Amino acid sequence: MPSDQPTTLFSMSQRAMSAQLVRMNAATSNLANAGSVATREEDAYRPLRAVFATELDEASGLASVRSDGLVRSETAPTKRYDPGHPLADADGHVFEAPVDETAEMVEIMESARQYQNLVQALTTAKQLMLETLRSN
Amino acid sequence: MNEQIFGIHGAALELRSQRMGVLASNIANAATPGYKARDIDFNAALQSRLDGSAASESANAHTLFKVPTMPSMDGNTVELGSEQIAFTENAVAYSATLSFVQGKVNTITRALKGE
Repeated sequence: MPSDQPTTLFSMSQRAMSAQLVRMNAATSNLANAGSVATREEDAYRPLRAVFATELDEASGLASVRSDGLVRSETAPTKRYDPGHPLADADGHVFEAPVDETAEMVEIMESARQYQNLVQALTTAKQLMLETLRSN
Repeated sequence: MNEQIFGIHGAALELRSQRMGVLASNIANAATPGYKARDIDFNAALQSRLDGSAASESANAHTLFKVPTMPSMDGNTVELGSEQIAFTENAVAYSATLSFVQGKVNTITRALKGE
């Protein structure tokens, strides 16, 4: 998201926070789809991952984050024999979404932690800026 | 003019503000693969600022990459704990420098008013 405005501490933190939000939404979608099954292998849900890239503003030396969209992971769905399942194919197999719930939970926790950190850094920076402004 | 009034504190405040941006960049990029954490060598930057180079120039010349305690597999060298400590330390130093600058301003204001 290149803009003509110069990068400030605020816009930088805002972009980093939206990037973390994209990441958290992706992990939450994965969790929501854990255990979902499909009749065909190609129809099964594949976990989503957010891809981050650095966005360096040469003028100010600030480096913000850009979310380069979401990528579906290439993990193969789990093939399970369950002939009683309404979605089972002719051979009695269903294809389960390859979601690792623990990994997704850790992803959400890490993302929340980094989001908190950003808010804290921004609050401190804002306080210092206000102090500087108000000094006479 | 402003060098004469504020002395070392004016230069230090500019550099503290620059360093705050660099450290905030590290925190923002804590999850970006391949990002290398940076920091400003404050003493060296302040020295070159006092020797007459511009604030952004002396900050850029003394911005170095951090050496991670333990490198991670995705090439990211941000360590959240040490970034937090550096950020806090810098914020406290900024506050201290700011109160020195405020003291200078108060002194001059009082001298002007002739109190």
